[in-house]
Amino acid sequence: MSMDLDAPVYMTGMQQDEPIIATILCCNCGAPIDGTTSAGALCHDCVRLTIDVSQGIQREATLHMCRDCERWLQPPNSWVVANLESKELLAICLRKLTGLNKVRIIDASFIWTEPHSRRVKVKITIQQEAFEGTIVQQTFEVVFVVANQQCTDCQTSFTHHAFRATIQLRQKVPHKRTFLYLEQLILKNGAHKDTLNIKEVKDGLDFYYAHRNQAEKMLDFLCSVAPCRYTKSSTLISQDTHSGTKSYKFSFSVELVPIVKDDLVALPIKLARQIGNISPLAICHRVGTAVNVMDPQTLQTAEVPTGTYWRSPFRSLADVTELKEFIVMDIEPVGKSNGRYHLAEATVARASDLGSNDKTYFTRTHLGAILHVGDSVLGYHLTDTNFNDPNFDAIESSNQYRDAIPDVVLIKKHYARKKKPKNRAWRLRRMAREHEEEALAAGSGAAQSRKQEQEQERLEADFEMFLRDVEEDQELRSTLDLYKNRNKVQQPVGDEMMDEDSDSDDEVPKINMDELLDDFDELNMNDQ
Amino acid sequence: MAVRAQFENSNEVGVFSRLTNSYAIVAVGGSENFYSVFESELQDIIPICHATIAGTRIVGRLTVGNKNGLLVPTTTTDQELQHLRNTLPDSVKIQRIEERLSALGNVICCNDHVAIVHPDLERETEEIIADVLGVEVFRQTVADNVLTGSYMALSNQGGIVHPKTSVRDQDELSSLLQVPLVAGSVNRGSAVVGAGMVVNDWLAITGLDTTATELSVVESVFRLGEMAPGGQGAGVNKESIVESFY
Repeated sequence: MSMDLDAPVYMTGMQQDEPIIATILCCNCGAPIDGTTSAGALCHDCVRLTIDVSQGIQREATLHMCRDCERWLQPPNSWVVANLESKELLAICLRKLTGLNKVRIIDASFIWTEPHSRRVKVKITIQQEAFEGTIVQQTFEVVFVVANQQCTDCQTSFTHHAFRATIQLRQKVPHKRTFLYLEQLILKNGAHKDTLNIKEVKDGLDFYYAHRNQAEKMLDFLCSVAPCRYTKSSTLISQDTHSGTKSYKFSFSVELVPIVKDDLVALPIKLARQIGNISPLAICHRVGTAVNVMDPQTLQTAEVPTGTYWRSPFRSLADVTELKEFIVMDIEPVGKSNGRYHLAEATVARASDLGSNDKTYFTRTHLGAILHVGDSVLGYHLTDTNFNDPNFDAIESSNQYRDAIPDVVLIKKHYARKKKPKNRAWRLRRMAREHEEEALAAGSGAAQSRKQEQEQERLEADFEMFLRDVEEDQELRSTLDLYKNRNKVQQPVGDEMMDEDSDSDDEVPKINMDELLDDFDELNMNDQ
Repeated sequence: MAVRAQFENSNEVGVFSRLTNSYAIVAVGGSENFYSVFESELQDIIPICHATIAGTRIVGRLTVGNKNGLLVPTTTTDQELQHLRNTLPDSVKIQRIEERLSALGNVICCNDHVAIVHPDLERETEEIIADVLGVEVFRQTVADNVLTGSYMALSNQGGIVHPKTSVRDQDELSSLLQVPLVAGSVNRGSAVVGAGMVVNDWLAITGLDTTATELSVVESVFRLGEMAPGGQGAGVNKESIVESFY
């Protein structure tokens, strides 16, 4: 009998009122015992020494765990999530042992082992009838060795070209802000759950799926949150001429409308007349499933549905990188309003012109509600710019609209802030993405690393711009999940106040703490 | 004298043999090892008969007998019966009986004077037992088991009963039999003492698994040390010795 066993507990002879009369001799050792209550003519000590009811039950077994997804193999082929010392894991352990079904399990519990030891110890108490009417209870330990085995899901995701369907999402603009927004939407809605892989490529993202319906689900999601069009194509991979079955690889090419919020657009005049006779020179104030444009001079809004857009596509005339800073010299509300926009007549001057000349520009703006005299505001300087756009040329040459082209189109209020505010009280979750392999593989040396560096900088700038947008735009924020920034929260309140005073960026819009979520993913022991 | 033996890897020697004070019946086995154990102990003392009953080897369970007679079940063929008549001494009466409980060795336990039988045995059978074996017949159970022949081993000197028999039952049986009884086991804790051993007044043969403790119990209760067949000189009939005891 091995050393890890508890001695069997002998269970018969419950009523011991009468004095014990020895009627037989133990057949093993000759000790006089009471034959009417004994177990098969054996004394207690001999039962303890000779009976092992745990015979035939393994004392060592192997558990299989997938290292990547930390799931356990439940034979024959399902993978289940279970923590160490959880009842789910105990069930897997007990199911692993052959011979346990022949005995009665009284108790089973884990014995603590070092998590890195890759050993799981289980203490099991069993009962079994050893002789007629004699139940023997015994406790023993089983050691499980944790072995690594990649689960089928991980196998698929780690194998190249194992995907069956791919979505190639593209937006042909020089920045990544739409994708940053989409990333947040995908994270909030959990739309990325079925993806095998997400790869970042030039002008967009590639999503890989094991099945076509998963890709179609993602496609539906994309079409419900962003203005896009798609084409589908399939490649024949294999064909069984006997059964007529074929397997295909599907590709969905999805293109997003290359217009983002705050872009200045010149609509084709025909389109502008169709969608409500809006002035063709407009700004895009919102992008939902359609592009919403507004004439800042009259506050007239119109919607360009996706289908309409792709029939007569137009590009943005100027994007946020071309915004110039202006100072409001004078502002006068006109009294007209449309939602949160209030029409006002403003006189502005270029911030760079201050002190050198007295050039001012008169314009009408939709920002009447938030602009005050002396405020800094960002806008497009049309008189300063040469546009190379056929639609704009058409406007310039049209009798009707030629005179309505303003000198300046104000877009948004400018807040003076530090170049890189490090201490935001909130943060966004990010998605792990694989960068384009070709970019890493191709080229080498200093030139390559400099290119990567520039790429990285541009990405960071885009992200910072996106974060500012989130801060400034309540409507945008409501569609996203924002999380509390743990490091920021832990700072004493007094310090924060002083910082703000000294930095003088207290005007910068702040996000209310009530809107933020606790991030449970990163809870750890130190936070208690 | 108590001897350990095995019949073709089986410890249940009482199944394959029947031992009385005037003859022994041994099943026909694949080898003669089992027979030679009997032969070495009993040669020139009593006749040893190689036999089958109804073509089977479980002669110990199907037959019952003592020095006076032998009862065989109705399934016994004429040929087998004739062979037994030819081999056994003429003084032994042999009778084939019609009994539903045909494993007579399991339901009847007897020595030369008394028989303890299954309570459901037929009336006629009881009479035949009394006539042929010359015994007093009692319907009784051993430790609440009806199979008296399986759970009890009996000689004229003493008897072993099922290990779970209570002291009160032992006293009751002992007063019926007029021999000392003891509860015990054979073959390392087996409770079927009747099937695990055969015994007569001077010899016990038990299964090979029987422990020293069990063997010493057997020797003491059957008084085997004192009773040697050759003790009074070879050739002297045991009958007279046994008779003189009572």
